[in-house]
Amino acid sequence: MIAEELAGKRIAVTGSTGFLGTALVERLLRSVPGCQLVLLIRPGRRATVGQRAKREIFGNDAFDRLREEHGKEGFAALVADRVVPIAGDVGTDGLALDDDGRSVLASCDVIIHSAATVSFDSPLDAAVEVNLLGPSRIVATLADLGVAPHLVSVSTCYVAGNRRGSAPEQPVHDSPFFVDVDWRSEVEGARRARRDAEADSRRPGALVRFRKAARAELGAAGTPALAAKTEQRRAAWVKEQMVEAGRARAASLGWPDAYAYTKALGERALLQNRGSVPVSIVRPSIIESSVQEPRPGWIRGFRMAEPVIISYARGLLKEFPGVPEGTIDVIPVDLVVAAIIHAAAGPVPDEPAITQVASGSVNPLRYRHLVDMVRTFFTEHPIYDAEGQPIIVPEWSFPGRGRVQRQLERAKTAIDRGERALQSLPLRGKQAGWAATLEEKREEVERALAYVELYGAYAECEAIFGVDNLLARWERLDPEDQATFCFDPRVVDWSHYAPQVHLPSVVDHARVRTTAGGRTAERREDRLRRQVLAPERHLAAFDLENTLIASNVVASYSWLATRRLPREDRVRFVLQTLREAPALLALDRRDRSDFLRHFYRRYEGADAEQLAVDSVEMFSDLILTKSFPAAIRRVREHRRLGHRTLLITGALDLAIEPLRPLFDDIVCPSLARRPDGTYRGELIDVPPTGEARAQAMIDYAGANGFDLAESVAYADSTSDLPMLEAVGFPVAVNPETRLAALARKRGWLVENFDQGSGASGPLLPIGPEWGRPRRRRVPKVPT
Amino acid sequence: MPRPGFVLEVDKSTPPILFHHGESLRLERLPAGRSRVLYPGEPLDALDDVDGAIRRALDNPLGDLEPLHALLRPGMKLTIAFDDISLPLPPMRRPDVRQRVIEAVLDLAAAAGVDDVHLIAALALHRRMTESELRHAVGDRVYDAFAPQGLLYNHDAEDPDNLTFLGTTPHGEEVEISKRAAESDLLVYVNINLVSMDGGWKSTATGLSSYRSLRHHHNVQTMQQSRSFMDRHKSELHSSNWRMGEVLRSSGLQIFQIETTLNNDTFGTSGPMSVLQKREWEWNPRDRASFIAMKAGLDRMPMKARRRIFQSWKAPYGVTSVQAGEVEAVHEATTANVFAQQLVEIEGQTDILTMGLPYICPYNVNSVMNPILVMCLGLGYFFNMYRGRPLVREGGVLIMSHPTPWEFHPVHHPSYIDFFEQVLADTTDPIEIEARYEKHYAEDEWYRHLYRTSYAYHGVHPFYMWYWGSHALSHLGKVIIVGGEARSVRRLGFTPASTLNDALEMAADVVGRDATITHLHNPPIVMADVT
Repeated sequence: MIAEELAGKRIAVTGSTGFLGTALVERLLRSVPGCQLVLLIRPGRRATVGQRAKREIFGNDAFDRLREEHGKEGFAALVADRVVPIAGDVGTDGLALDDDGRSVLASCDVIIHSAATVSFDSPLDAAVEVNLLGPSRIVATLADLGVAPHLVSVSTCYVAGNRRGSAPEQPVHDSPFFVDVDWRSEVEGARRARRDAEADSRRPGALVRFRKAARAELGAAGTPALAAKTEQRRAAWVKEQMVEAGRARAASLGWPDAYAYTKALGERALLQNRGSVPVSIVRPSIIESSVQEPRPGWIRGFRMAEPVIISYARGLLKEFPGVPEGTIDVIPVDLVVAAIIHAAAGPVPDEPAITQVASGSVNPLRYRHLVDMVRTFFTEHPIYDAEGQPIIVPEWSFPGRGRVQRQLERAKTAIDRGERALQSLPLRGKQAGWAATLEEKREEVERALAYVELYGAYAECEAIFGVDNLLARWERLDPEDQATFCFDPRVVDWSHYAPQVHLPSVVDHARVRTTAGGRTAERREDRLRRQVLAPERHLAAFDLENTLIASNVVASYSWLATRRLPREDRVRFVLQTLREAPALLALDRRDRSDFLRHFYRRYEGADAEQLAVDSVEMFSDLILTKSFPAAIRRVREHRRLGHRTLLITGALDLAIEPLRPLFDDIVCPSLARRPDGTYRGELIDVPPTGEARAQAMIDYAGANGFDLAESVAYADSTSDLPMLEAVGFPVAVNPETRLAALARKRGWLVENFDQGSGASGPLLPIGPEWGRPRRRRVPKVPT
Repeated sequence: MPRPGFVLEVDKSTPPILFHHGESLRLERLPAGRSRVLYPGEPLDALDDVDGAIRRALDNPLGDLEPLHALLRPGMKLTIAFDDISLPLPPMRRPDVRQRVIEAVLDLAAAAGVDDVHLIAALALHRRMTESELRHAVGDRVYDAFAPQGLLYNHDAEDPDNLTFLGTTPHGEEVEISKRAAESDLLVYVNINLVSMDGGWKSTATGLSSYRSLRHHHNVQTMQQSRSFMDRHKSELHSSNWRMGEVLRSSGLQIFQIETTLNNDTFGTSGPMSVLQKREWEWNPRDRASFIAMKAGLDRMPMKARRRIFQSWKAPYGVTSVQAGEVEAVHEATTANVFAQQLVEIEGQTDILTMGLPYICPYNVNSVMNPILVMCLGLGYFFNMYRGRPLVREGGVLIMSHPTPWEFHPVHHPSYIDFFEQVLADTTDPIEIEARYEKHYAEDEWYRHLYRTSYAYHGVHPFYMWYWGSHALSHLGKVIIVGGEARSVRRLGFTPASTLNDALEMAADVVGRDATITHLHNPPIVMADVT
């Protein structure tokens, strides 16, 4: 009896925060009441291992059944009694254990190693460190501790590589198709690839490229923001290189991806290094949701097949490569868990015991059958689009991988072109939203492309994984254990499992719309808006231009400057301003601060008092006319909620004075005055732009005891990015293309505030002639 | 001899009837056998010598009051208050009758050696008038002589330093008016009495007062008890103002009231607009051609251009009477003169009242007729153009035609925008609106700032618009807007319809298939004397 065999034993588990690991911990706690568990967990950046265990393992719904059986407190007591989390990392030599950890590990009777980097796009060196070296590190540490507990190492059937025909349960190097490479040189190669990529990414040419790309993404967001973005770009590039290196190396040796490749060499290394440690290797195929335990359909995370299935159901993925009569080797997670526990409980093997947990050879699921079931399922239970319309799933034609890839590549090229064209246009608000939509579409296509590239190999794999060992173990199993720990792949009825168990669970996890008609749940914008307008917020900071009004400092200047000009000079002034416009715009785009300094020189010699009088009139004629009423209402809403409202703008105090009653405070530049009451044309302090604007807000919050994490900022352009990033609740108002894309990616609230539809401001920002009211040209009455 | 207004019974030979439709026009065929049209009278003859009439009125005051020249003396404080941009509608061609009256008053004041004179636009909680609007009302000569010195200005109902509290009526209504007016030795009020609601004690007690004072009669209860507010003796709005007048009188304030009336010559007798004041069966081929061309041209123009065309229209009104003197005596005479032009007898109420709303109402001169103003013009002003009983029976249907765009003037109507977005999104019930929101908007600092320094209607003003229609709201069974932007019509709580026929179909659900229909052919202005 398995439970009796393991009673009183101490079992260490790695990878317990993963899909398989969580199921394993749950089953051990529930079905093997006598065992103790030691969970080797990598400490998080902010969380201790205890916190991680509580949140990431025991918080999972896999434990709902136990929680129900024991009650919330009973369950907590059970965990406290039987589980010891220790800090450790299989990616580090010696497993990064402290002395306590070492002694706890030394006391274990069984080690179940299920930690792995399973992500399809993991960088080569990360996969090598964890998948290839992990098992060897464990045995090395055990040897160091002078103990030899039974090690059950979880691997994958796909270590057999891309091949047709049977793949029996044998060590990888026994396979006639194994290309014998030395795993040590592979490790060295992967580490060298990382060093090379890091070095390449720091060459001047590359850095210039990253910087350029960062600027294209952010615009004039100021040096610190650009620097951060450039570094982010560099790191992303290095990662991309490493992912590509892994894919290429795996393909060159006949494995579908870096995961299978590193796992295969990991087995090889383990068998060479195991010393006196008895080793069992369990190789599942593609693990999917459970058929029975802890409940039918339980799954954790969005795994391999799920994104593909959901992309298909959403109508994004019209085709997926594969051979219709080929086998998709899927195995429910609870069967794998049972097989592992059985291996752990079974007699300690003298020679490495290899067991494959797969369905292909004894209960094959044909690709065509699977596709038919998926299609039928989504035809009967369609997913609904944002408008509440059902999405019709396409017919599948089983094309080759090349054709699907070409189709997707074509779509991507078209979208890329459209995106570039849109980005070169000065769009705002809703139009800028199109660009963001296009970007989203591109990302979808890219993702689909990645799936096809990565999983296509699995769908096309025609290896048949032998399960002789598994079945032999099954036959020997006590009938009672057979009932509790079922790992017989023949019990799965695919026609029931796919439509009744797996697909509903996938749909559930994907958080897609499954009901027709209008929305029932709160919309995302509404939820974000509610957060922004929650009474507990502290500060609401606003940008002015294009956030509150559709006007700018140039318009204000020209309005004020023309107000008292004689008629003939007004025309000249307009022409000159129009001529200068491109140069001014270019300067503004390069550096807002320089632009403002340069531009405000024009106020030199202006009479301060006269400007004050005129600016009151300008308030009605230009500023209010061009204002966004909804934005003004928003400022007032914040005030009413007791939030402090702050305007931060590069516009001059003299021009925005009439807006003062709208805000609690205003941060804006002012011009130095001469003793004779005229302006000097020089600013008194640094104009708040880019990072200086964020700093002004940070200083203000600091001086007034506000928490920026509890504050809101409204702005329209990436040049305000530092300000938006500094607060907990950023709002992009009528964003230009780049900010719209960023806001969408980061899940920020986007508000499209319109100019009052009845507004008809002056065509050119020219003040009505002093002492002569504006006369508008009236169109003739048609007769 | 101008022909009086009359009621046309619609039969099979009746041509399509003109409906105003904002900055456009429609021709609609009314169902024969059950429809009638109430036509305004033709413009009464205008006074030939307006200036002479003014002088005569000033010299021969009505009521117990001396002639104006006898009331003027050196060293006295004289204040001349005048009606604001909301009168008349549309604005009249230069010279505005206010200018003529004010010039006559100023001539007498100058002759009497009065040198402390202020001119105040009595706009209550309306928006401030711009320089060009003031120039149009009082003329360039008066403007240039007074405005630069700060002696011609807009009333500021939110300037605590320049308001005077004069007392309380027996009903507890507080009377607070412009300090300058209250402290003057003589207040001369210059009216244009476009409709019978205007003038009397309402001129000073409303035009120069503050929110503190106004709220006593600008509220739902008063408006629901004013049946109608165009009929002073049945109007609680006027009763309240008259009680306040008593307080003004007993405070010792001497008022010399000057009221003027205009005829119905809104669109002229020549030019493209003249067709709008002709009866449809009298249109000659030229009228028909010009109407078709005008409508086609307008419908192809962008909204802003259309608005500019209509807003620039100045009516060639003729002045029909000038009366001056003691407030109540003057107002009695004025009302009779207004009725002489506008009142048309009609027998019995109707099930369905139809009206075509024009581009203008008192609160969107040089501005935008927003949906709230559409409601106010239809359910406030036009519905109340009756004496006796409402033209439409209780539970009946009102069908109005107006594009009702979701548009607001951001400078003139800031609190309207918020009222529409926040208050009406929540409820359209006037009593609930008054109880839950009024104070909040009325005392809002930002609206106050915009009212005082920019050109915004007071924060509370959209509420008054809604109250103005509150009697109609409780009286009517259904309100339908033909050709209106559906979402703004629904926000108002009304039903949108694409065509008049659709609207009549919808109305049938409420009042049955054989319901009687009456069309109020307004403007030019007509008031129903329902027997």
